[in-house]
Amino acid sequence: MSLLEIRNLHVNVDGNEILKGIDLTVNAGEVHSIMGPNGSGKSTLAQVLARRDAYHVTEGSILFEGRDLLEMKPEEAACEGLFLAFQYPVEIPGIGNTYFLRSALNAQRKHRGQDEMDAMDFLPMFREKLALLEMDDKLMSRSLNEGFSGGEKKRNEILQMAVLEPKLAILDETDSGLDIDALRIVAHGVNSLRSPERAMLVVTHYQRLLNYIVPDFVHVLVDGRIVRSGGKELALELEEKGYGWTEKEAQQPVGAKA
Amino acid sequence: MSTEMNVVHDLANREYEWGFVTRIEEDRIPKGLDENVIRLISERKGEPAFMLEWRLKAYRHWASLEKSGAEPQWANVKFPPIDYQNIVYYSAPKQKKQLQSLDELDPEILRTYEKLGIPLAEQKMLANVAVDAVFDSVSVATTFKEKLAEAGVIFCSFSEAVKNHPELVKKYLGSVVPHTDNFYAALNAAVFSDGSFVYVPKGVRCPMELSTYFRINAQETGQFERTLIVADEGAYVSYLEGCTAPIRDENQLHAAVVELVALDNAQIRYSTVQNWYPGDKNGKGGIYNFVTKRGKCAGKNSKISWTQVETGSAITWKYPSCILQGDNSVGEFYSVALTNNYQQADTGTKMIHLGKNTKSTIVSKGISAGHGQNTYRGQVKILKGAEGARNYTQCDSLLIGEQCGAHTFPYIEVKNSSARMEHEAATSKIGEDQLFYLQQRGLKTEDAVSMIVNGFCKQVFRELPMEFAVEAQKLLSISLEGSVG
Repeated sequence: MSLLEIRNLHVNVDGNEILKGIDLTVNAGEVHSIMGPNGSGKSTLAQVLARRDAYHVTEGSILFEGRDLLEMKPEEAACEGLFLAFQYPVEIPGIGNTYFLRSALNAQRKHRGQDEMDAMDFLPMFREKLALLEMDDKLMSRSLNEGFSGGEKKRNEILQMAVLEPKLAILDETDSGLDIDALRIVAHGVNSLRSPERAMLVVTHYQRLLNYIVPDFVHVLVDGRIVRSGGKELALELEEKGYGWTEKEAQQPVGAKA
Repeated sequence: MSTEMNVVHDLANREYEWGFVTRIEEDRIPKGLDENVIRLISERKGEPAFMLEWRLKAYRHWASLEKSGAEPQWANVKFPPIDYQNIVYYSAPKQKKQLQSLDELDPEILRTYEKLGIPLAEQKMLANVAVDAVFDSVSVATTFKEKLAEAGVIFCSFSEAVKNHPELVKKYLGSVVPHTDNFYAALNAAVFSDGSFVYVPKGVRCPMELSTYFRINAQETGQFERTLIVADEGAYVSYLEGCTAPIRDENQLHAAVVELVALDNAQIRYSTVQNWYPGDKNGKGGIYNFVTKRGKCAGKNSKISWTQVETGSAITWKYPSCILQGDNSVGEFYSVALTNNYQQADTGTKMIHLGKNTKSTIVSKGISAGHGQNTYRGQVKILKGAEGARNYTQCDSLLIGEQCGAHTFPYIEVKNSSARMEHEAATSKIGEDQLFYLQQRGLKTEDAVSMIVNGFCKQVFRELPMEFAVEAQKLLSISLEGSVG
């Protein structure tokens, strides 16, 4: 059984069809990259997988470990092991970072029938992950993302992923707004989380990130359709030729890519 | 946001846990209010003549106000006219004789407080908190009296204070909130039946938290308690009040007065967790909470801090205020007011700066959900002599859902050009993106909302005594139940 199986997925946002029949299979241990120009539907796909309300699935199906993902609430999907690293992480005043993350971890543990983790057990594990992302402890006593720089917010996303240890991690344009040093740190964090049990879906506009996080598969999304799929070399080809090269293929019926 | 709306809805419909009625025999006087009723109350309480005189003066003033239709209309709340002749002004649990110990207290009443989580038996008490329990019109028990007496602290019911410490009562009663202050304060002065009295002598730091727990039980009864706290020179006291009432279809009036006096170098912290019955989800029933609270920083370097968490009552009308008379005195007001369903709150503070280098801080957090209407009303007044006065005001509103409202009326009056004033205000909605973010990490919608709201209120909660901060957070979550979708 595949970890994630998307079949003929059509999605509307405010009455506009954004995704027009996506097919995608992701197995445990694989890293897939979704690339595409602005407005092609990359972020919509990420949000739909995380079960955001405003996105209406009009056709198709998504199975997560064989279960109907579209029947799950966002928190259920999260507890089942689906994680979204947000493109724009929100700030929430008055909620301490550490407190929040421990609450989230414990909500997930509770869902899985595990004991909640107390502060004594949580902190050493948490410190280890902080070191992995080269993050300052001081940030952790502050409010969730409040006053964080763009780069700090993105690192905080990967830190959360490291603590929550999801089965499927979706990284939505994690590279945007990162300088080269931060990009390296984030990529290092992500790479250290690669494992045979975990899959990743790396959504990005630029090939740059894929120099650091090398995918097993690359899919090109144009105008709501996957117009091309291939190995990591496809990303390089794209970088060279630009998205215009694939856009002609978007006119072709679905399935022509094969 | 359909799921969001559902959660708000569920939160709002959560039942009021404290709504039970205790069945006991009551000694109540007939409905209505006239001079005879005042005499009757005073007589029931066995009061000295000076108290009766004081009450009658207040009653005559109130009656003239009522006749001229001077009930305050300026607050941003709506309710049908109150028929003051249709209220019982005195109701007490029947007891045959003076209680010698808690063991003689009606077991039903003891059980009531146990059920409310306020055990009165001292061995079961919260560590280091003394409680005065007020049931309908009278104080039924005060704990840890002896221990406090060792430190010289007087903590007793108002009735006892009138009998045992008349000189202190005479000196301070009405010294901060005179009976002429406002309509409800006049009514309270005329009919108040009990309340708490605290006196902390010179240089004494009160060895434990003091607390009064108010409970309205009887039907068609008003509760009019009066609290007077005096911190003598260099004294310190921290005081907390809590309150609940049964679920009833009718509205019940609660018109209390609280007076605080802080002399030179004294400090009073006064915290309120107000959880009167708020009415049902359609706005039926609930307490009208019309309360006058004021503290006087009479001495130099004195400090009064008000912290309130207001989640109950159908209507809240209260402005815990500070008169900063002593030089270098400090006034603080930290408030969380939550209105859900059809609750209305018009609350805030007054900071009156008279002395030199006086400082005040106002932090107000209003949360509106359901059809709730939440108004912040604040006045900061810097008088001519208040050289070097400073005020910082922050009032924030959080809206949950589409049908609630938040309103802000700050009044600022500065008569001394050396004053420094800061005012910040913000209104926000619980963002769908904030909720989704927390849910995506595995938190249930309800927990996510409560986390966001608690974060919003953090500045205020950290001012509460530790034992009560947790309780306040819990209360807030419960009061919000059914509010988010």
